[in-house]
Amino acid sequence: MSAVVKLHDIHKSFGSVEVLKGVSFEIDKGEVVAIIGRSGSGKSTALRCINRLETIQSGTLEVCGHRIDHADLDLRALRQDVGMVFQSYNLFPHLTVEENITLAPRRVKKLPTRDARALALSSLERVGLAEKIDAYPEQLSGGQQQRVAIARSLAMQPKVMLFDEVTSALDPQLTGEVLRVMEILAQGGMTMAVVTHEMAFARRVADRVIFMHQGRVWETGPGAMLDDPQTPELRAFLANGL
Amino acid sequence: MKYTFDFASLQEYWPEFLRGALMTLEMTVIACVFGLVIGVLCAIGRRGKRKWLAALCGAYVEVVRNTPYLIQIFFIFFGLSSAGLRLPIFAAAVLTMVFNVGAYTAEIVRAGMDTIHPGQIEAAEALGLSVPQIYWDVILRPSLERVYPSLTGQFVLMMLSSSVTSQISAEELTGVANSVQSESFRSFETFIVVAGLYFVLAMLLKLAFHLFGQAIFPRRRRLGTPL
Amino acid sequence: MGGSFTINHLVYLLQGMMWTVVLSALAFLLGSVAGFGVMLMRTARTRLLRQISFVYVQVIQGTPLLIVLFVVYFGLGVVGIELPPLLAAGVSLMVYCSAFLGEIWRGCVESVPRTQWEAAEGLALTRWQTLVDVILPQAARIATPPTVGFLVQVLKSTSLASVVGFVELTRAAQVVNNSLFTPFLVFGIAGVLYFALCYPLSRWSRSLERKLNVGRRQAA
Ligand SMILES: Nc1ncnc2c1ncn2[C@@H]1O[C@H](COP(=O)(O)OP(=O)(O)OP(=O)(O)O)[C@@H](O)[C@H]1O
Ligand SMILES: [Mg+2]
Repeated sequence: MSAVVKLHDIHKSFGSVEVLKGVSFEIDKGEVVAIIGRSGSGKSTALRCINRLETIQSGTLEVCGHRIDHADLDLRALRQDVGMVFQSYNLFPHLTVEENITLAPRRVKKLPTRDARALALSSLERVGLAEKIDAYPEQLSGGQQQRVAIARSLAMQPKVMLFDEVTSALDPQLTGEVLRVMEILAQGGMTMAVVTHEMAFARRVADRVIFMHQGRVWETGPGAMLDDPQTPELRAFLANGL
Repeated sequence: MKYTFDFASLQEYWPEFLRGALMTLEMTVIACVFGLVIGVLCAIGRRGKRKWLAALCGAYVEVVRNTPYLIQIFFIFFGLSSAGLRLPIFAAAVLTMVFNVGAYTAEIVRAGMDTIHPGQIEAAEALGLSVPQIYWDVILRPSLERVYPSLTGQFVLMMLSSSVTSQISAEELTGVANSVQSESFRSFETFIVVAGLYFVLAMLLKLAFHLFGQAIFPRRRRLGTPL
Repeated sequence: MGGSFTINHLVYLLQGMMWTVVLSALAFLLGSVAGFGVMLMRTARTRLLRQISFVYVQVIQGTPLLIVLFVVYFGLGVVGIELPPLLAAGVSLMVYCSAFLGEIWRGCVESVPRTQWEAAEGLALTRWQTLVDVILPQAARIATPPTVGFLVQVLKSTSLASVVGFVELTRAAQVVNNSLFTPFLVFGIAGVLYFALCYPLSRWSRSLERKLNVGRRQAA
């Protein structure tokens, strides 16, 4: 079994509203899965359950050997194995790029301060921003901030990376630079779950596409499934754009 | 009636004035350090999940902010000594200052924490930082940087308010002024001199806080813009 | 003497509280008039006026109120004007209020966009007309919450009048405590009375500010 992420029959409600109604899927090691679907279909919630930013009500969820539904879960160990990148970058505004990247390695992995800069540099090189190492977030464009956020996640050497609409806040010309970084990551063998509205990206880069609808996995298949939707819901979704 | 100013006869007292000014500074620095600690803890308490603790911290802040400092001094100083706890005056004065400035600090720090976007905390959680680490690196540090001007402004006000501790015979600048004026019979001149000294202290304190801020907030130093 | 806290003591404290309110009102009214002047000077065109008022505000805000009180009390005393404690305290608090209110209101006036001044000038209004008809009505809305908040400050500050012997609430509490020696009880009650005056104002100020912020966000 090479699945790193296993969701089985996940139920999740906010108050009385059930948002995930029995979601099951798996992600294999090195696999890139794109999650698509209408706004409100539960994509972000499913993703956030994977690193326990949300708690689930029922079902079983295993990530990199951590049983997330178990009471004795080592939350911080889980979070070291799972990186996450957000739509709104969420860089720390009071810290430089270097400090943003090395904060977690220094605090969580006790990385010695003298090795911090080298780690920041190597992470930044992977996103093509080595020259911005001493800048503050506000001095960067949105695209650059998002690439730094990716570098910040990479610096923790996660086994799985989660991306939640990471280009939605960006201008089209800045979207490209972020997607390119993600594509290179994917080619490098990173296990990735990518919630996205970029259908071209999903088609080209994803090994598998998951279409979510009303809190369920509605249809799933290789990238080519987007050219040949089986359900009327996916067909409607693709026809209407978003 | 004509009044002739006589500042010359106050010259012999300047070592006293200096001693008083230094004590005022000393009290202020101690009060600010402890007040900051209390303020931060209280601000955290008010955000926390424990309802009773949040209510307690909130009550402390409201009580202090809605009663005069002088009443707080009398309550604490005379109250403690009536209960048999006789503190040295310096300690009692500083205690009342800490009690007072802690509440104002708590309110300022809380306002700073409210500006931290929840996404910042989620990002830190996702990176595996522990709760204390998140509080320190992601909530407190940027909050304090953001409210630094109002915080230090409050500390300067506290320095000025500390003159009230002369009412329990603290030998700080105003206390010194009281004894000097009764010895020299030059009350008016004494208080004009002391007003000037307080003004100088306030300016010095502001300068010191500015330089300190430049030292501990590199971002402010490099970009010069508020966070 | 000793003894226990009786209704007479409470009445005495309540009388003190009444004088606290009277003194606060006096200080606030006089301080508002003077503070309005300070605000005009701080925003004046003439550089000298701006500088003078700037120094005034800096000096008052850089001096403890207690020292201002002593300077006024002894200063007017030595030039031969015997002020009753109420007036000495009233004058000191007026000076104190004028600096703080002047500064608060200057901030509010300056937060009205420059374009409002320019538009009014385009309509050939004089500077005074512009101020009264265009700027102040807008500034007043912004100024209300901090001004109400400052009232709390004034109420608390009047406790210092006890130092020059004016029998307001704090002085009354001292007098009662001197005969009963029950500081926790007496100063506790005084604290509760102050709280009863200040807390509603604090709440009011905060709710005004919230409403103002909501209004602004909707306008934006
Ligand atoms: N913290 C929350 N509290 C209450 N309801 C929530 C919360 N988070 C999400 N929801 C609700 O859950 C549903 C699914 O939200 P989710 O964010 O997972 O959707 P999504 O597919 O990511 O949509 P989008 O494309 O807009 O990001 C929505 O109806 C949303 O209103
Ligand atoms: Mg979403």
